[in-house]
Amino acid sequence: MSTIQSIAGQNEQHPDVALVERVKAGDVSAYDELVRKYERQIFRIAQHITQNREDAEDVMQDAFLKAYEKLDQFQGNAKFYTWLVRIAVNESLMRLRKRRTGKMVSIDEDLKTEEGSVPRDFADWAPNPEQNYNQSELAGILRKTIQGLPHGFRVVFALRDVEGLSTEETAETLGLSVPAVKSRLLRARLQLRERLSRYFKRKTAPTAQHGAPSGIDGALAQPKGN
Amino acid sequence: MTCTEFLQLLDDLIDDAVSTTLRSEVEQHLQKCGHCEVVFNTTRKTIEIYRCHEIYELPADLRERLHTAIMDRCRRSC
Ligand SMILES: [Zn+2]
Repeated sequence: MSTIQSIAGQNEQHPDVALVERVKAGDVSAYDELVRKYERQIFRIAQHITQNREDAEDVMQDAFLKAYEKLDQFQGNAKFYTWLVRIAVNESLMRLRKRRTGKMVSIDEDLKTEEGSVPRDFADWAPNPEQNYNQSELAGILRKTIQGLPHGFRVVFALRDVEGLSTEETAETLGLSVPAVKSRLLRARLQLRERLSRYFKRKTAPTAQHGAPSGIDGALAQPKGN
Repeated sequence: MTCTEFLQLLDDLIDDAVSTTLRSEVEQHLQKCGHCEVVFNTTRKTIEIYRCHEIYELPADLRERLHTAIMDRCRRSC
């Protein structure tokens, strides 16, 4: 993720620029490097939008191929990564459309819900609540929760918060205005929070500790962040 | 500051894009309002959890297979 929010200043060239130049000059191995660098992110974004593993595999391949073929049209002043993400988002939406034959799919769909615009659950969460679940349980909870979002919210959250694009980059990638991205992001964040609360809230009325040291001590011993 | 005003600032607070004066107003509100404090902390936590946990893993063998397929198709296309 750190590759995206580059600390490099304006006049310092992003390392992708040189790679792109090499590809344009016919060096396929430079493209190999770019693919390797971003394939996991592109797969993840495709999964977030299509919610389907096979579609995500196809999208990932098609997006990289399309980017390769259209590289001449890529303007050096844009970031290669955001340009690539835009291609992947479009491919993903096309897949989604194919699945729901005949039905138009746009990122404006299903946004009329009022859910999540106002928080309702004010229960506090347990400290490091994710540690009460094992890896695969947690991944299951997180998948199920994000899958419940309308995809116009889901994609904004995925790009902005999971992949670390800026608000402006997210807007540009999705063809939305900055205010539209902001309002979707807030709703997405609040809806996810509300739904996760069911799993993560502090259990009320803790039962007497029958000498189970893993509880409080375990929680206190956890290092901050991971 | 009201709860609604706080909610409007939530994203900027999370992104640390709030002026110092506004920030202290927010802190005053949070000291009095447990609900907003919970919303603030748990929303931040929500983002952190999604950021730190891979939910759509790309297993190494699948990654290699897809990578090879992509590069093959690129080489054929030129
Ligand atoms: Zn409040």
